Amino acid sequence: MLLKAKMLGMAAAMALTAGGAHAQALVYCSEGSPEGFDPALYTAGTTFDASSHPIYNQLVEFKVGTTETQPGLAESYEVSEDGMTITFNLRQGVKFHSNDIFTPTRDFNADDVIFTFDRQGNPENPYNEVSGGTWEYFNGMSMPDLIKEIEKVDDYTVAFHLNRPEAPFIANMAMDFASIVSKEYADAMLEAGTPEMLNQAPIGTGPFTFQAYQKDAVVRYVRNDDYWGDPAKVEALIFAITPDASVRYQKVQAGECHVMAYPNPADIEAMKADDGVEVLEQEGLNVGYLAYNTQVAPYDNPTVRKALNMAIDKQAIIDVVFQGSGQIAKNPIPPTMWSYSDATVDDAYDPEAAKAMLEEAGVSDLSMKIWAMPVQRPYNPNARRMAELMQSDFAEIGVDVEIVSYEWGEYLERSKATDRDGAVLLGWTGDNGDPDNFLAVLLGCDAVGGSNRAQWCNEEFDEVVKAAKVTSDQAERTKLYEEAQAIFKDQAPWATIAHSVVYMVTRPEVDGYVVHPLGGHIFNQVGLK
Amino acid sequence: MLKYFASRLLTFIPTFIGVTLISFAFIRLLPGDPIIVMAGERGMSPERHAELTAQYGFDQPMYVQFWNYLTGVVQGDLGNSFVTKRPVWDEFFALFPATLELSLCAMIFAVALGLPAGVIAAVNRGKFFDRALMSTALIGYSMPIFWWALLLIIVFSGILQWTPVSGRIDLVYYFPNASGFMIYDAIMSGQSGALWSAIRHLILPTIVLGTIPLAVIARQTRSAMLEVLGEDYIRTARAKGMSPSRINAVHALRNALIPVITVIGLSVGTLLAGAILTETIFSWPGIGKWMVDSIFRRDYPVVQGGLLLIAVMVMIVNLTVDVLYGIINPKIRKR
Repeated sequence: MLLKAKMLGMAAAMALTAGGAHAQALVYCSEGSPEGFDPALYTAGTTFDASSHPIYNQLVEFKVGTTETQPGLAESYEVSEDGMTITFNLRQGVKFHSNDIFTPTRDFNADDVIFTFDRQGNPENPYNEVSGGTWEYFNGMSMPDLIKEIEKVDDYTVAFHLNRPEAPFIANMAMDFASIVSKEYADAMLEAGTPEMLNQAPIGTGPFTFQAYQKDAVVRYVRNDDYWGDPAKVEALIFAITPDASVRYQKVQAGECHVMAYPNPADIEAMKADDGVEVLEQEGLNVGYLAYNTQVAPYDNPTVRKALNMAIDKQAIIDVVFQGSGQIAKNPIPPTMWSYSDATVDDAYDPEAAKAMLEEAGVSDLSMKIWAMPVQRPYNPNARRMAELMQSDFAEIGVDVEIVSYEWGEYLERSKATDRDGAVLLGWTGDNGDPDNFLAVLLGCDAVGGSNRAQWCNEEFDEVVKAAKVTSDQAERTKLYEEAQAIFKDQAPWATIAHSVVYMVTRPEVDGYVVHPLGGHIFNQVGLK
Repeated sequence: MLKYFASRLLTFIPTFIGVTLISFAFIRLLPGDPIIVMAGERGMSPERHAELTAQYGFDQPMYVQFWNYLTGVVQGDLGNSFVTKRPVWDEFFALFPATLELSLCAMIFAVALGLPAGVIAAVNRGKFFDRALMSTALIGYSMPIFWWALLLIIVFSGILQWTPVSGRIDLVYYFPNASGFMIYDAIMSGQSGALWSAIRHLILPTIVLGTIPLAVIARQTRSAMLEVLGEDYIRTARAKGMSPSRINAVHALRNALIPVITVIGLSVGTLLAGAILTETIFSWPGIGKWMVDSIFRRDYPVVQGGLLLIAVMVMIVNLTVDVLYGIINPKIRKR
């Protein structure tokens, strides 16, 4: 086994140095180290890139390049009349990987599905506390409240009984934390007294088999020739961990990597002009916003909020703060998400009209605070600078702004207070591609005092979003979410500012790379010309 | 000599306890609840927060937390990283060989060039060579590492294509169950070209990391030599008609070495600080970057455990330096 791995590694690498014609190993310059290889334990995208995408499958999966789901390890599913039971029909003949400590004796079946979720939710499960598991996503997506019971109907049928109907549940099953692990492997490792191997030497059903990881340096995979779906196009996949963006670009230019993520925004122009690389781009699944406190006067008046929105020169923010790698946001959900309402008309930048509206609302000599985040995020690369631009925009309509900031943990906590003084700069990156994950989480009445930083509870909006959550027909849900976006725009609890633009840089010989709106970097169907 | 060594070793104990306390307190003095930082924008319910606080033991009084930590340390348990959930000890020793290899190379580079440069400058005091060397050293000392590293990469890897951009070895080579010391692993693997590849990858990071210690050593050697060359016994040696090369190499350099060795010992701290940037730029999988990432994530066990281990390393280096003094200058060990 060791020899085989060695030879494969050599073959892959030789192909790489040969370059071009016979290239069989794809090298991806990744931005950081995976925290581990059991995706349910972690929350970082870097970890998911290295674990859930190449190594594992989920019951349903996101179609790469969209936020829609398609069959994965479940060939089909049925939702019961009342929406409370979802039955997955599992694919047969799916083989788990093997490594030098484990060779599977059976195919994937219902026991693996049940084990995958039971270990995350059941404190009695011996794997519940292995590797310090806190199961952040499982808990964060409210799975413990939602799932009443998971029933094994037969070897290839699993029924999830829920406590309430919830349409986004299907999308949740495509998330990284729902990656299916092997119960047989888990049992074997428990017996051998090394349960942490489930995380360190992962076994999945995915298109690539994990080969080796050297911390902060390299992750190696080889193609899974027994893969149930379309086999990977390259024999080997290598993640060369390269934290510095300028160095990543140098490596792509020198041919040491084929693909890189997260280029410096300042380098994009030069990259586009460089014939040796190709630059792919797409809006990220995120939104950056300024949330007013709608429970405090005068921001409880929609006219005042609208007026302030109209005073913000968003294009200047895109140019200065995002250096072009952003797009003006008019809706609270990003354009790559289904149900995005193109009909929405954004508040025009018009300081004169804004001034008049403030007067009309009887507001004069307004002074306010703007909270600037202390950290960089894709949806807001420089919150301080953004706040300064807004400060000068608001000064033009006679509003005096004081910029405040706190340490990140403090910032997140204090901004939740319903009596908070000031408007908060923050944002959100989507988890499961479902509009509910933005609209209910960030703007629902239940989230006031929590992740609803506008402290905005609008009954009409809340009803529409709640109705969409229990409807399983997607066309109907789309209509409801479009309605919700219209109410949002009319009431203006936020100034929607920007969606980041995600860039990927590839060498010309890379074939078939698609930028995925959910943020993952997926190489399952990428080849080399 | 043995007694001298033992007395030096004894000073280890209070320093060790002090370092443990400081590393424990340091990360807790920084504002920021690690659990809230972990959850980020997503947030978590107060119940879940309380649950995790209890799970990590943050709800206990500080002295209890410190006691638990200290008893763990004494038993060789530094806890598990919050982020990777793996033992701090394992992570440190997976990464440390890379830092050690790079630091050793940088040190050898700095000493091998710095010592002779300093001696030559001192002997040729005031002449062109002396001035050129000392100005270069000043530039080297004040150079921002980040800028210097990128400049070298752009010139030598980008334009001239003499050296690889980053990493420790070509991806062609893969050594399962390796020691982590790439030069050693490359030799042991017996694969042709592996050693040369590892050396090529070491060149630029070694130069970048070694630049500041090189400048410091060259300047220190020069001034120490100048001081010694003015001593009476050197004049006596000259008067006796001893050859200048023998005077410089045997009588002057040996006595000038004491302050130089101090500087070399102190440079270990500088090397570790420089390693943070050098490792980040050259994608070098060492402990520098690991520590910085952990501070940002408020990964308490890693920060306190990592600091402690690094401090112990520095203490060992200082002990070695003390012992070296004793060997070079017998007067010191009799004190």
